[in-house]
Amino acid sequence: MKKIALSLLFLTTFSFASLAGDGDKIPSATVKKLDGSKVNSNTFSNNGKPIIISFWATWCKPCKKELDAIAENYPDWVKETGVKLIAISIDDARSSGKVVTDVKTKGWEYEVYIDENQDFKRAMNVNNVPHTFLVDGTGHIVWSHNSYSEGDDEKLYENVKKLAKGEKLDH
Amino acid sequence: MMRSSLLKSSLTAAFLITIFLKPFNASAQSAADEINAIHGNFQIDAQYYQPDSLIGAPKVPEKFLSNVFGNINYTKGNFSAGARYEAYNNVKQGFDARYKGQGVVNRFVRYKTDLLDITVGNIYEQFGSGLTLRTYYEPGLLYDNSLDGVRVISNPIKGLTLKGITGKQRYFFSVGSGIVRGGDAEVNINELFDSVLGKKKTRVILGGSFVSKYQVDQDPNLILPQNVGCYGGRINIIHEGFNFFTEYAYKINDPSSDNKFSYKFGEALFSSISYATNGFSFLAQGKRVDNMSFRSDRNEALQSLLINYLPTTTKQHSYSMLALNPYATQFKGEIGGMAEIQYKFKKGTALGGKYGTEITMNYSRANGLQPIGVSDSSTSMTFYKTNYNDIGKDYYHDFFVEINKKFNKKWKGTFVYSNQFYNRNIIQFNADNAGFKSLKASIGVADITYKYKPTSSVRVELQGLFAEDQHMVTNSNLVAKGNWAAALLEWTPSGHWFFAVYDQYNYGNPDHALQIHYYLATMGYNNGPHRIAMGYGKQSAGIFCVGGVCRTVPASNGITLSITSSF
Repeated sequence: MKKIALSLLFLTTFSFASLAGDGDKIPSATVKKLDGSKVNSNTFSNNGKPIIISFWATWCKPCKKELDAIAENYPDWVKETGVKLIAISIDDARSSGKVVTDVKTKGWEYEVYIDENQDFKRAMNVNNVPHTFLVDGTGHIVWSHNSYSEGDDEKLYENVKKLAKGEKLDH
Repeated sequence: MMRSSLLKSSLTAAFLITIFLKPFNASAQSAADEINAIHGNFQIDAQYYQPDSLIGAPKVPEKFLSNVFGNINYTKGNFSAGARYEAYNNVKQGFDARYKGQGVVNRFVRYKTDLLDITVGNIYEQFGSGLTLRTYYEPGLLYDNSLDGVRVISNPIKGLTLKGITGKQRYFFSVGSGIVRGGDAEVNINELFDSVLGKKKTRVILGGSFVSKYQVDQDPNLILPQNVGCYGGRINIIHEGFNFFTEYAYKINDPSSDNKFSYKFGEALFSSISYATNGFSFLAQGKRVDNMSFRSDRNEALQSLLINYLPTTTKQHSYSMLALNPYATQFKGEIGGMAEIQYKFKKGTALGGKYGTEITMNYSRANGLQPIGVSDSSTSMTFYKTNYNDIGKDYYHDFFVEINKKFNKKWKGTFVYSNQFYNRNIIQFNADNAGFKSLKASIGVADITYKYKPTSSVRVELQGLFAEDQHMVTNSNLVAKGNWAAALLEWTPSGHWFFAVYDQYNYGNPDHALQIHYYLATMGYNNGPHRIAMGYGKQSAGIFCVGGVCRTVPASNGITLSITSSF
């Protein structure tokens, strides 16, 4: 019975819904701004310009490497493409106090939110951090990448530039 | 059994019907703008085990074990639904063997608007910092205490959030016997009085929660409270660079196997204060926990059926030698805290160089409480008393300095020194008289990255753990003693591929036969949201901590395979 129900579920959902990769809107989840107020993730916007959404944590070394590498060139990225980076920390109560101190000490100029019980992480189907998404000017998620290695930030920027020009992206 | 499978089938049916009906009930939003999508993710962790008596890797009768899960989420407008399938055939070494078999262990249906947000099914929720309630899922640790029930969240006016929840907690492939129900209210004062306070630089957020559990008393000897209430209050004040948060929680008497059926009340206090400005920050956290394990089944132990979350305030480490002996909150009672200063020498200064230099200093510690036994002869109840100014035995302390420096476009490095004290009797064996010496160790790490092409790099990690005494036990398997050295060489020829070799060497073991090399070779491939990694070698025993509970993962030898993917 359960097997039949499950296969039915898959069939019906697939017939109604679109699959990932064809640009879905940012799902709805409640995240916290550094001033303590709550924001729905589906309101993230950037005046028709691309958005980078980067999931990170204060205890995640590669995440901080990625955000540090981007920070070096971020003013140029913003000037050239109008892109905005939204950094989503998945730190829980143990380390969420460290989010603001890390961000300020490093001088990151990103829009930062805390996803303390990982509601947004689940809605975005993130397995592990770092996980980075690209959102186009109309608010559709068009690209994502898991993990960070040296130079990934430059590839990300190639895609941001393509997105700003309306070209097709690659991984 | 029959009834529960019937229940599951009818729930699945309800889930289906909701999905079927939803598309015909389209809202006023334009079709193009509405989300209508299926997404999900997978994770497969498998290992082929070879016994190795020298390192203590046991013989695994099945030889091959795997932990697998897959999530699928469907979203349409304000509506969403999801399910997760998990399979353990059988569960990997080091996890609770009661994760056995496979099935759909999580499913939910949710309708979310700003005014009203209703979820039925498996729910993840957190009140405040979690001292009264936190349900969450950590697949790598197989921690899932989701509430199977209903949750309603409402924002009736701007600045006010109300939450109500009731259900039973996930317990392996079923649910626990106790019922959990609770409510939380949070007020953002600035948003509530937006016209007067909306633009003020000082932000104030107040919150309060109440959680109660019900479990029938079947004890032949004791009269146990069937309803146990726990309440908490919190305040968060933010003024420019300052941030102050404190939460206090109180639980009525809750005799359980955790507290050896003591009738004492429980309490927890967690506070944090920070100041941050461009290039400098300060953070201090303090915590006191007394008899505060809160489970929906009073007879449970380890990581099962915990309702609340007691954050650990010691530093969370990411290098292996620093994390060899991790600390976790002691439910029975502890007092502790940490202070951290971070400073960034600016670009162009003598110490900052071309790219700036970051320095982090952290000191954290945890001590026991000093309980004074009390027994009430008239009711034959036993409990104890504690005082806020009596500090007990040393459990853990850690002094930590990290320097992070980019030398030029090609070279960068991280250097760490740490001095740790680890009370093995308490933290690993939960007994003051377990008979082990506490570990005192100095640990050093150098982590250097050389980027030889824009997307190609080599990374070297050198680590050493130097114990004060060569006979001192230095990790959880009780065989490893004395000093350790570890080295990692990682090569990333392109963003897609990586290759790494790692050796963790217990060179200081006074027993020459146990001076073991734990070699591990791994390689992997990444593409977008997909990742495949394979490894071969030996892994030493280790401790992994979650939700204040630590578990020991035995040493192992063999081939590992890990696949993660999301779509």
